[in-house]
Amino acid sequence: MGFNLQLLFTGIGVGSIYALVALGFALIYRATNVVNFAQGDFAMLGAFAMVVLAIDLELPYWLSILITLALLIGFGALFNLCVYYPLRNRSFLPVIISTIGASILLENGVLAAYGPRPQSLDSIFSIPGFSIGEIFFDSQYIVILFVTVVMVALQYVFFERTLLGKKMQATSQDKEMASLLGIPVMGMIMITFMYSAVLGGIAGVLVAPVLFVTVGMGSSIALKAFAACIIGGFGDVTGAIVGGIALGVIETFGSAYVSVPYKDAFAFLVLFVFLLVRPQGIFGERISEKA
Amino acid sequence: MSASALSGKNPRNTAGGSALALALYGAAAIAAVAAALAIPLSAYALNLLMQATTYAIAVLGLTIVLGYTGLINLAQAAFFGLGAYSVALGTTAFALPFWVALAIGVVLAAAAGAVLGLTSLRLGGHYLAMVTISFQTILTLVLTNWIALTRGPDGVPNIRRPVLLAESGPYLGLCIAVLFVVAWFVWRLKSTKLGRAMQAVRDNELAANVVGVDAYATKVAAFTLSALLGGFGGALFAGGFAYVSPDQFSFAESVVFLTMALLGGAAAPAGAVLGTGLLILLPEWLRFLKVIYLAVYGGAVILIMVFMPDGIWGYAMTLWRKLRHERPFDPGLIAPLALTRETARDDGSIILSVHRLSKHFGGLKAVDDVDLTIRRNTVHALIGPNGSGKTTLLNLLNGIVASTGGTITLEGVDVTGLPPYRRANRGLGRTFQNIRLFGAMSVLDNVMVGAERPHNAMPAGGLERHALAALDFVGIAARAGARVGSLSYGHQRLVEIARALAGSPKLLLLDEPGAGLNHVEKDELVRLLKRLKGHGLTIFIIDHDMAMVEQVAGHITVLNFGKRIADGAPSDVLRHPDVIAAYLGEERPALPRSHGAP
Repeated sequence: MGFNLQLLFTGIGVGSIYALVALGFALIYRATNVVNFAQGDFAMLGAFAMVVLAIDLELPYWLSILITLALLIGFGALFNLCVYYPLRNRSFLPVIISTIGASILLENGVLAAYGPRPQSLDSIFSIPGFSIGEIFFDSQYIVILFVTVVMVALQYVFFERTLLGKKMQATSQDKEMASLLGIPVMGMIMITFMYSAVLGGIAGVLVAPVLFVTVGMGSSIALKAFAACIIGGFGDVTGAIVGGIALGVIETFGSAYVSVPYKDAFAFLVLFVFLLVRPQGIFGERISEKA
Repeated sequence: MSASALSGKNPRNTAGGSALALALYGAAAIAAVAAALAIPLSAYALNLLMQATTYAIAVLGLTIVLGYTGLINLAQAAFFGLGAYSVALGTTAFALPFWVALAIGVVLAAAAGAVLGLTSLRLGGHYLAMVTISFQTILTLVLTNWIALTRGPDGVPNIRRPVLLAESGPYLGLCIAVLFVVAWFVWRLKSTKLGRAMQAVRDNELAANVVGVDAYATKVAAFTLSALLGGFGGALFAGGFAYVSPDQFSFAESVVFLTMALLGGAAAPAGAVLGTGLLILLPEWLRFLKVIYLAVYGGAVILIMVFMPDGIWGYAMTLWRKLRHERPFDPGLIAPLALTRETARDDGSIILSVHRLSKHFGGLKAVDDVDLTIRRNTVHALIGPNGSGKTTLLNLLNGIVASTGGTITLEGVDVTGLPPYRRANRGLGRTFQNIRLFGAMSVLDNVMVGAERPHNAMPAGGLERHALAALDFVGIAARAGARVGSLSYGHQRLVEIARALAGSPKLLLLDEPGAGLNHVEKDELVRLLKRLKGHGLTIFIIDHDMAMVEQVAGHITVLNFGKRIADGAPSDVLRHPDVIAAYLGEERPALPRSHGAP
């Protein structure tokens, strides 16, 4: 019982990482109808920026976090300008391929600059965690869960209660109509990319103390996050979170009871089952093309 | 994917031209194989060439799936790996002859491709990206961890080659010969029924379905063929290198395959071979890039997408077309179009009937309990204010949208549950309000896609004649060789009508064919509609131009807020108080004439 509860806690912790990255996917997808295959690499960049700032340059932890997030805002803008903007009027395929190219460029660029040795980053807390009964609560996982909940709440308030948020929603639903109403569509998309880069960066900062910091860390998280999006219902924010946490739990139990080497395969098996049985995901609706 | 299609050729020269091309191509193939056998190459050069040829076979698979069909495949290295491991384990652990192991590898890869395609191709493109990455990841995990079978990360050594081709020179000759055959096959595929269907799906999937292409089956076929070629290349690769390990078939390799296809140009086999050759040789030439060469790959992918979306070969072909003096298309003698398969029946019998048809979008009743009867060889108009549900009704009739309730009967057969392409095969043709053509294909190819219906059986070469006849019927046969994108708006409308006519429809659904046309073009359209009726066709037309509707229609149905409010002869319907109220908002004795909807 205690063992299972421990697994459940760890699973939810891992799952909230997926959920956080999946939020970024859902956002960009809703704003541009494009899947950003470099979303996970935003997290990787965030984690490496933390390693450089907090370890190599020995800056204070909190200052490193702030600089990292500021860097990622700029990076999101740069990414939009180089990878999405030139292709904005083309079909989704060139854009997908372009983001895949960006992902390869980023991972191997960092690899060339920093080498293949995994880095590790300490948690901001001196206490690793605490125990209640047989269950150990890792403090980093608690922070991850907390931040995920806060980001979801913030996002809700932003989209439902602010004018900027409503403009972004309008942009995502109908670009042409939004621009006719005087909404600067390209500006909205720019903000979307900057925000989702920050979301990715936050995920990277949070995950760095739990996992090793490697160039591949982002894409392996992103694949799960992507699967989470499909399971939850593509472009649906609630779906991204529920899907992410469900995958984290399934994966943790799977590696505990079935097989450790095939840990990464569980997420994809669940994904295949969903694609067969309920391709629109838990919360998704089927969309058809307009004639 | 804005892939380039070959410009249309004069049909009467194609047969002779392709025989000469085949002869030249065959000679080149024999010369290349002979060179591989005769010229003593260093082990290094042999390895490089062996890698280039086997990779190119796999990249040709991407030409089919990415270039022709517009689908993404990020697991080509996994299919390549399936082929390679089949030969590796087949010839070592299971002691099978090389050819048997190769056949198993090809079948395995094709089967895996078919299963992946069947499960994911009903969904949008990014799902396919995800599914292929998942498959790639799982296969890498299995190759690495199922040590009892695959020997894990250590890989499989001592892979055997066929008895007669054990030496590297002859084996390379085999790879080159296979590459030439496969490239020829992929090139020819483009101008087959399946190849044209693939390109139609790539350019406009909805329109492809509506003109009678089973888009799903076409996509599954493309994906399966692509996987098959991946497996074939991989099987030859394993024989060439005598050793395989899981890291040779990782996601990174899939990306390399993709880059090869994109760099060379995904729309043509020549592009695949060119891209593969360049990316195999470039890393050898650019050794100084060793540390960052994958980063350069990634950057190159973005740059290609932005600046050269058709790849090097596509770019060269575009330049070539610009430089070449364009000759006007000479269609030659065109026989009159045989429009319907049956003798025109003017007996007023019912061709299509709709009973209590409904479509609800959430709370909105776009089409609400509509009854409709269309009689044979009439022009039947559907009118109504904007947003009254006209286009939705048309979408229900040809199956783009599934109905909420009610039945549709075409020639006595209930077609309510049939997909659009099967309704097209039963004689339902259609055009769209916002023109939906296959943008990267030639005018002739567009119409040929429409002509290729099971009921439309043609003798050899007849298809092209038939398509030309359809173009001639609407008066634009001279533009058959042009790309549809280069045509004027009015001509594009005519191509769409010709594409529908080429399928020998019994009932033609036209969604605002007059929209955006000038007076001259509208007059031509009216004449065309009258000629079509004269040939025994039944036409169901939506339009806002009352003058035009009155000129052509023998029967009018009026919709408002999704409900049928009037139905009958034009003179009665247009005087109906409800119709006047719907158009003018109040009762007035005036007719809504020629101004269209308010």
